[in-house]
Amino acid sequence: MESLTNRKRVVSDKPMTFLEKLYLPAIWGGMFITLKHIFKKNHTIKYPEEQRVFAPVYRGMHVLKRDEEGRENCTACGLCAVACPAEAITMVAEERKKGEEHLYREEKYAASYEINMLRCIFCGLCEEACPKEAVFLTDRIVPTEFDRNDFIYDKSVLVEPINDRIDITKRQNTGKRGVI
Amino acid sequence: MTAELINWILGGLSIGSALMVVFSKHPIRSVLYLIVTFFLVSGLYIMMNAQFLAIVNIIVYAGAIMVLFLFVLMLLNLNKATEPKTPLLVMLSSVGAAGIFVLVLIAALKDSFIQKSGQVAGNLNAGMVENLGELLFKKYIVPFEISSILFIASMVGAVLLAKREKPIID
Amino acid sequence: MDTALLIEKLVLVVLLFLVSLGIAAYSTYFERKLAAWIQDRVGPDRAGPFGILQPIADGVKMFMKEDFTPKNADRWLFILGPGIAMFTALITSSIVPWGTDLYLFGRTIVLQVADFNIGILFVFGTISIGVYGIMIGGWASNNKYSLYGAIRASSQMISYELAMGISAITIIMMSGSLGLTDIVKSQHGMNWNIFYQPVCFLVFFICALAETNRAPFDLPECESELIGGYHTEYSSMKLGLFLFAEYVSMFVSAAIISILFFGGYNFPGMDHFSGNTLALLSVLVFFAKIFFFIFVIMWIRWTIPRFRFDQLMHLGWKVLIPIAIINLMLTGIVIAFHEGWFLN
Repeated sequence: MESLTNRKRVVSDKPMTFLEKLYLPAIWGGMFITLKHIFKKNHTIKYPEEQRVFAPVYRGMHVLKRDEEGRENCTACGLCAVACPAEAITMVAEERKKGEEHLYREEKYAASYEINMLRCIFCGLCEEACPKEAVFLTDRIVPTEFDRNDFIYDKSVLVEPINDRIDITKRQNTGKRGVI
Repeated sequence: MTAELINWILGGLSIGSALMVVFSKHPIRSVLYLIVTFFLVSGLYIMMNAQFLAIVNIIVYAGAIMVLFLFVLMLLNLNKATEPKTPLLVMLSSVGAAGIFVLVLIAALKDSFIQKSGQVAGNLNAGMVENLGELLFKKYIVPFEISSILFIASMVGAVLLAKREKPIID
Repeated sequence: MDTALLIEKLVLVVLLFLVSLGIAAYSTYFERKLAAWIQDRVGPDRAGPFGILQPIADGVKMFMKEDFTPKNADRWLFILGPGIAMFTALITSSIVPWGTDLYLFGRTIVLQVADFNIGILFVFGTISIGVYGIMIGGWASNNKYSLYGAIRASSQMISYELAMGISAITIIMMSGSLGLTDIVKSQHGMNWNIFYQPVCFLVFFICALAETNRAPFDLPECESELIGGYHTEYSSMKLGLFLFAEYVSMFVSAAIISILFFGGYNFPGMDHFSGNTLALLSVLVFFAKIFFFIFVIMWIRWTIPRFRFDQLMHLGWKVLIPIAIINLMLTGIVIAFHEGWFLN
C-alpha cells in the first residue's frame, strides 16, 4: 500500500555495529539535544498574572440569555435536556401568568433550570438544540468547589443579569443569534 | 593516658558488641552488631597506628562482606515462625566445638608477648602503606601469592557452581 | 594539642558543614530549574525572585509534615537509617583538599580537615558504609517495596564499587600515593589525569553515578516500579534527610571526581600567583569544577532513562570491570617501561 505521508520508516533489526554498541555517541547525541533545549524559549504561561486568550468558540460555562427587552428566552421545551449526552440538564416548566409578560418572552417558561457541571462534558449540543436562542456556552470557566452539590448550577447562576449582559456575538454563527 | 583510656573503651565496647552478635535474637540485629564490632576493631587498629589495616577492614569486612550477609538475610526474611528447631545434639556438639576453639586460642596465645596498651611496637610507621607494601611484596611474597591463588580457586569454583547446567551429583 | 590548630580545624569543619548543606539545598533548587529548562518550562519561580527561596520553603514544609512511623516498623533502625545516610554523606568532605595553603594571623592554614595518608581509601570506606543507611532504612520499614529498594541498593553498590576501586587504583599508581593531597599536587597546573586516563575517568564517572544512586542508576528509589523504593514509608524530615544525603553525596562525588581527574584546585597559570591570592583563586577554581560536575550529573539525569536491573548488572560486571582491569594493566605496563624496569 502506498503511504499517504513521507514519514514512513522501514524498521530493520540488523545487528548493531561496534560504534553503536558503545552507546556513547548515542548518549552524547541525547545529551546534546537536552542541552539545546536549555536555551530554547519556554512556553509557560504564568497563569494568574498572564491569561491565555480564549478562542471565540470556546465552550465553557453556560448562560441563559435574555432578549433585548430583558425577558428570558427559554421556553422550557426540554430539547437541550434531550440532546444532552451526559444527562446534565433538568428543568421544570410552568405557564406564564398575566402580568409576567415583561419577565418571560414565551407563554411557557422554566421555573427551575439546573445544569450539573460535574456531569456536563461541554460538548455544546444543548446550544445546537435550542430553538429559542436561550442557552449558550461562553468563554467563562466553571470555578472549583469543595462540595459536589455546589456544582449543580440553577437559574440564579445561569441566567444572565439584566445590567451585565454576556456577549455571545463572536461565537460560531448558526444564523439564529440576535444582536445581544 | 588518653590513648590508654580510649583503648580500654574501644576494647570493652568491641567485646560487648561481639557478645551482642551472639545473644541477639534476630539475625539481622546480629549482623548489625557485627558491623559495629568491625568498626570498633578498626578503631583499635587506628590506635595502633595501622590506618591502612583499619580502613581496609572497614571497606572489605564492614563495607562489602557484611553488605552481602545483610543482603542474603533480608532476602531470606527470617523470623520466629520459619526458624527451624535445633536438635539438642547439634546444640551440645556446637558448644563442644566452640569450647575446643577457645582452648586452641588460649594455647596459642598464652605464651605470646602482651603489649602494654597504647604503646606501638617498634617502628612507629609500621602500619603505614609504604611499609606494609614493602613487607607484603618482599618478605611475605610467597604467602601473599599463595593466598591470591586460593582466592582465584574460590572464584573459579563459584563461577563453576553458578554456571553449571546439570547437577554434578546425579 | 595545639589550641590554635584545634580552633582552626573546628572553624573549617563548621564552615564545611554549612557549605555542604547550603550547596545541597541549592542543588535541589537548581535540579528543578534545570529539569524545567530542559523540558522548556520555567521551574519554581514563586518563592522569592526567580524562586530562590524555594529550598527554604521546602525545608519548612519537610519539618511541618507529620513524622509517621509504620506500626510494624523496627523503630530504632527506622530512625537510624536516614541518620547513617546523612552522616556518611557529610563525613567524606573532611578529607577533601579545598585549596592551597592560606596564610592568616601568622599561621599557615591547610584548607583540609584531615590529611590521611590513605585518603582515597577513606572515601571508599564511607561510600561502602553509606549503603547501610539505605539498607537499614529499607528493611526497618517492613514494606516489600522498601525491601526491594534496599536489596537493589546493596547489590548495585557492591557491583559498582569494584570497577570504581580498580579505576581509582589506576590513578593511585600514576600519582604514587593514596593521599588526596598528593594526588592533587601531582597534577600541578594543567597536568591533569584526564589527559592520561580518559577511559579510567569514564568508568569512574559511571560508577560514581551508580554509587550516589543518581539517574540512570536510581533503581533503589525507582518510582515506576517500587513507588519510592527504600524511602516509601518515610515522611517528614526523615525523608528529607534521605533526599538531602543524595545531594550532599552528589556534591562530594563531584569534588572527588575533580580531584582525581581534573586536578582539584589546580588551574593553568597558577604559578603566576602566590600566597593568599593563590589560595582564594584555587578554592574558586575548585568550586567551579565541582559545580560543573554537579551540572553534568543533573544533565545526565534529565536526559537518559533508567536502566533495567539486569542491564545494570550486565554493565557493571561484564563491561566496566573488564575495561577497568585492562586499563589498569596497560597503565601498569606503561609505568613499568617509564621507570625503566625492563632495561636491565
